Amino acid sequence: MSTRALTIEDPKTGEVTEAVYEHPYIVRLCHWVNTVALFVLVGSGLQIFRAFPSFGAKIPEKELLNWPKAFALGGWLGGALQWHLTFMWIYIATGVLYVAYEWFSGNYRQILFVRRDIRGVWPMARHYFFFGAKPPVTEAYNPLQKLAYTSAIGLGVLSLLTGLAVWKPIQFSWLAWMMGGFHLARLWHFAVMWAIIAFVFGHLVMVVLHGWNNFISMWTGWKKNPEYIER
Amino acid sequence: MAEQKNTKTFKSMNRRELFKLAPVLALGAFATPKLREPLLEEGLAFSDWASAVLFRQGHMATTFDDSEVAPLEQFYVNTYDVDDPNVDLAAWTLEVKGAVKHPGNYPLWQIQTLPKFTQNTRHICVEGWDVIGRFGGARLSDFLNMIGADTSARYLYLECADDYYESLDMATAMHPQSLLCYEMYDHPLTREHGAPLRLRIPTKIGYKQAKYLTSLSVTNLLRGKGYWEDQGYSEFYGL
Repeated sequence: MSTRALTIEDPKTGEVTEAVYEHPYIVRLCHWVNTVALFVLVGSGLQIFRAFPSFGAKIPEKELLNWPKAFALGGWLGGALQWHLTFMWIYIATGVLYVAYEWFSGNYRQILFVRRDIRGVWPMARHYFFFGAKPPVTEAYNPLQKLAYTSAIGLGVLSLLTGLAVWKPIQFSWLAWMMGGFHLARLWHFAVMWAIIAFVFGHLVMVVLHGWNNFISMWTGWKKNPEYIER
Repeated sequence: MAEQKNTKTFKSMNRRELFKLAPVLALGAFATPKLREPLLEEGLAFSDWASAVLFRQGHMATTFDDSEVAPLEQFYVNTYDVDDPNVDLAAWTLEVKGAVKHPGNYPLWQIQTLPKFTQNTRHICVEGWDVIGRFGGARLSDFLNMIGADTSARYLYLECADDYYESLDMATAMHPQSLLCYEMYDHPLTREHGAPLRLRIPTKIGYKQAKYLTSLSVTNLLRGKGYWEDQGYSEFYGL
């Protein structure tokens, strides 16, 4: 895989900037469709949870948390299920398209966390969280980012598998069994949702920290003056 | 070597790439009230179609040891209006109609002449809770055989003493674990659990387990999909 790079000259000032085509079209399309799908799935999922906000027995019922209706989607259980059962197909479609594209295009090398990235995780974490020196930037994604994005794909797969076990605990009885039965599968599905929310939170913090050029690149594909280009 | 562009062409390149994302805006259809409902209905119908494809008649629902069965007091009683529609148990019969060779009124004893099957299976409510219970009764497939039902018909349509109604696809009706249930926990059904006869379909969600049955018809055309289904819940909801 070779990434397209450009030098851009402003004819008036003669100023030269560089740009790299960081995010291929399919990646950007999947990213934004998936963003909407994830938003709907979390919102409707929490409305579904409101119908029985517990992971224990029905009798006696112990409420785990009373999730406010204002932060849920669908209005009622039946409505929320319609949203959930509709957008899960969109979520699956973008997930499958994205993973297939990454695999066949080789673009996965950008974000897949591999063994040689392991030693780069701690210096990067030290920089982000403990004011350590910034390690040199050599690629579009640093080891910590790769770890985060690779985990996010894993969480996407887990959300699908745990969801299948809740929706079809008999046809996919092996899945439900692996999760300790239907009852626990529902808990795992809930836990995976929170893990995804945690990822999205961290992702958004990073987007804010990395500024406008980085944000705009997920819309147009092109990133101006990326740090890893030698000038 | 990197290509060279001037600022203007780079800007138009970026604009073009941005416009290519226009399909994302199609999701905005879900935000328009007029389109939202039909789209969500389509989504639900697609899920039901997938559910029917995933259903396997030879695949059994998990059964459980007696020790895993919840006590009857912990088996939540869910009704849509009354806990007891005051069925006259002595005079009760099941009215059989539709595409059957032997229509008529079937008293309970006649259903009980069929082989009895008892199984411990998980009941799952659409709300999310579940409870393992013990159910006994005749196989629905045996009863359909007894009444000479046309099993190439698409549905069973069931009516209840409390004006609840349900539909069931024929493939699920013929599943060996699908019961016309007259016993729970080795005792005749109590009134709140649907005496004298209810559906017990372990491969279906809770609201499909209709209680206080009064009539069963074999049909290709449904008058309604079911009490909850007609309000927007999934029609197939196979587990």
